[in-house]
Amino acid sequence: MTAKLTADSLTLFRGERCLFENLSFALNPGELLLLEGCNGSGKTSLIRAIAGLIELESGEIYWDEQPVRRQRQVFNNELVWMAHRVGFKADLSLVENLRFESALRRDSRHDLDDILTRLNINRLKRLPVRSLSAGQQRRVALARMLMSAATLWMMDEPVTNLDREGRSLVMTLVSEHLARGGMVIMAAHQDIQIDFPVHTIQLQ
Amino acid sequence: MTDNQPEMPGLGRGMMAVAKRDLFLAWKRPGDVLNPLFFFAMVATLFPLAVGPSAEQLEFSGPGVLWVAALLAMLLSLNSLFVSDFEDGSLEQMLVSPVPLAALSLGKTIAHWLTSGLPLVIVAPILGMTFRMPASVMGVLMLTLLLGTISLSLLGSIGAALTVGLHRGTALLSLLILPLAMPLLIFGARTVSLAAAGDVVAGGLYFLAAYAVLIVSLAPFAIAAALRISNE
Repeated sequence: MTAKLTADSLTLFRGERCLFENLSFALNPGELLLLEGCNGSGKTSLIRAIAGLIELESGEIYWDEQPVRRQRQVFNNELVWMAHRVGFKADLSLVENLRFESALRRDSRHDLDDILTRLNINRLKRLPVRSLSAGQQRRVALARMLMSAATLWMMDEPVTNLDREGRSLVMTLVSEHLARGGMVIMAAHQDIQIDFPVHTIQLQ
Repeated sequence: MTDNQPEMPGLGRGMMAVAKRDLFLAWKRPGDVLNPLFFFAMVATLFPLAVGPSAEQLEFSGPGVLWVAALLAMLLSLNSLFVSDFEDGSLEQMLVSPVPLAALSLGKTIAHWLTSGLPLVIVAPILGMTFRMPASVMGVLMLTLLLGTISLSLLGSIGAALTVGLHRGTALLSLLILPLAMPLLIFGARTVSLAAAGDVVAGGLYFLAAYAVLIVSLAPFAIAAALRISNE
């Protein structure tokens, strides 16, 4: 067990139904883990369980060979989370939202303007998040990932609502993050173009 | 913990950021904040009109009515405490933050108290006048409400955190926290009555202060645990 992130025989039930049983994987810096499966197959549950948002029935997740539940803060410090619900306050502008977020996690000290320009949302920065389209809000969620210095990106359906250009932007950002030695766990049911090596978990 | 561990965001910084954000949001939507205050003012001004102008009766019922109105106004404001965070996903972002959830919850409660508890304390003397409350009693009224609303904010946050995942958890929230809030109501109203009668009030104030200290030190952890369960 030398990998940075290891999962050992994870089992999760939702109600009576077993979503996955004895699931194990290992992930090292520079690697991408792709969770695939049709709707309702438990992708989101699995990624939420890894992030610690759902209690697992059994099994253990290790970060640096230490169980995550004993060092939740250390693990959370290494992780940034992108879910269906983007997690921004609709009444605040995206800059105000991101300023607030930077107090919640380790800052990458990248210039905010550069990040917003890169994501093509710089001209929207004074508007309240309420008035942005769903796709634009996803781009703001990407800005959150770029602003944090976390190693592990956890993305649940990152390309939802994004246009073609946005989808390829996500993949570029992911591959850059991996090249920096970062790690990515991604749940996706759409066919996404990935031209780098991945670990895949297929959920039934 | 080794030395090369990357530094974590500060506890106080995270707490203040949450408090500041919630205050800013309240500033942008003052209607939500003014609702409980409006309710408090309405109950306290309508009551004297209903019971009639007898000075004796008003002086007798004043402390009780003001305290009940304050308690219900606080309950009214608690429902929405975590709902918007839950719905837009920012609660999840707080759950996966390295800043302990207890600190972030305390930040939210501080903002809640500043926007719903403190205004009640400030307008209480004005409403006390409608009950012919003498100036010396108003000080005691404000002090009991100050300590009481702090406890109610934290106590109610536990209930709000437990019921955030349920739709229409209002009734359940009241059922959950009212039994725990009863001592506050009894001691709060009674202390003000004693002050009006010219009696010693230290005992009641000490009890309210002790209750506040206990709940300030324990509630953040209970809120954090409740939020984790609710968000599963």
